[in-house]
Amino acid sequence: MTTPANLKYTKSHEWVKQEADGTVTVGITHHAQEMLGDLVFVETPAVGRRLKQGEQCAVAESVKAAGDVYAPLSGEVIAANAELADTPEKINADAYTAWMYRLKPDDPGELAGLLDAAAYQAIAKAEKH
Amino acid sequence: MTVALKATPLNTVHREMGARMVDFGGWDMPLHYGSQLEEHHRVRRDCGMFDVSHMLVIDVRGGDSRALLSYLLANNVDRLQRPGKALYSCLLNPAGGVRDDLIVYFLGQDWFRLVVNAATAEEDYAWLTAQRDLRAPGVTLAARRDLAIVAVQGPHARARVGQALPESAAVAGGLAYFSAICVGNTMLARTGYTGEDGFEILLPAAEAVALWLRLRELGVAAAGLAARDTLRLEAGMNLYGQDMDESTTPFETGLAWTVDLQAARDFDGKSALQNARPLRHALGLVSIDRGVMRRHQKVTTAHGDGEITSGGFGPTLARSLALARVPLAVKPGDEVEAEGRGRGLRARVVRPPFVRHGKVLITI
Repeated sequence: MTTPANLKYTKSHEWVKQEADGTVTVGITHHAQEMLGDLVFVETPAVGRRLKQGEQCAVAESVKAAGDVYAPLSGEVIAANAELADTPEKINADAYTAWMYRLKPDDPGELAGLLDAAAYQAIAKAEKH
Repeated sequence: MTVALKATPLNTVHREMGARMVDFGGWDMPLHYGSQLEEHHRVRRDCGMFDVSHMLVIDVRGGDSRALLSYLLANNVDRLQRPGKALYSCLLNPAGGVRDDLIVYFLGQDWFRLVVNAATAEEDYAWLTAQRDLRAPGVTLAARRDLAIVAVQGPHARARVGQALPESAAVAGGLAYFSAICVGNTMLARTGYTGEDGFEILLPAAEAVALWLRLRELGVAAAGLAARDTLRLEAGMNLYGQDMDESTTPFETGLAWTVDLQAARDFDGKSALQNARPLRHALGLVSIDRGVMRRHQKVTTAHGDGEITSGGFGPTLARSLALARVPLAVKPGDEVEAEGRGRGLRARVVRPPFVRHGKVLITI
């Protein structure tokens, strides 16, 4: 699977999509779901929760391991994907459409510090080998 | 420096099928072929096959082979009187700790066959050889690395094996549980590690690929070690090196039923077990809360702490389950707490197995 060029990424394997209204959507990458294997539980952050960049805020738990999900930016959680509670496998099927939560960033400038697709791909590739 | 992994005769086939391979005790083995959950369900509902050729087959032959095994195994090989009968047993150390667990098949006059775990195979073989030299020099031991093992498991396993190996299956058709039969160079055993019906097929390495492909054509799903682990956990079966090891007696890991202290015979570890006063026993846990219990997590009970020895998610249960070593006073029905990630996970104590023959056996 290719790493979508229109998204930003973190070293901790989250993807971040900038929405037109200034909010961002967050999920975990294809590489992350591949490392975790079949997901069985997903815990998303509560709407209204304030997150600091790098704070652990969600969990993607697979048959074999639990993966912590971190906030790529500081901000307030404005939505969470409730669908994942019953169908965590959607992340395995397509990690880039199965979003986890939306954030209203405190400082949109933080986005510039995230990785682009090429930089993230290099990290994912290095981990595989 | 890299150490070359050992490969089974099916290694190339696994790779061609897109398996994710892992180092399992020095063997390059398939973890899954895409989805371990799907493979698990296929075995419970239909039929799946596993390459378990990393396990070692050891043939024990000679007039004193029964006497030798009678001393080395904690279970009593005298229970094996009819050729083809199989017995599950621990191999103990003098302190009563578990060196390994194995299946011993009685195949004929003065001929027994052991199937031991891959990770312990070399130590087992060295130990058996030393004991043979000491106690029964006339017995021959043969490590059968020329054999492959394919486990075909699930409600439709026997029908599929019947189609794949018609001449062998005709003979093996009426085989009872925990029995085996040799047809030419192939041994069919009605044993397994999934809690489902099925066969473990021991055959010449050169024939393994053809059998695997034939089964695949018949619609049998290839399943990897990951599914094998969730299936055995739901079936309440121990995994050596995880649920027990040399520091654990069979009494502490739910295997008292495999130890025969009644018969007059002496065996390695017997006196230690006769004097053993275990403080903990092994029981099952099923999660009440959402989340997955994992190995090594602490279990808090009303009677003191315990520890999870195997934990994970049970696809058939659709919940997390675990095997745990807990204080003797802890009983099925108790509610305990597994140390989760940041918060505790409530769980119900149950007596394994959790699932057998596709059916959930426990209630929460």
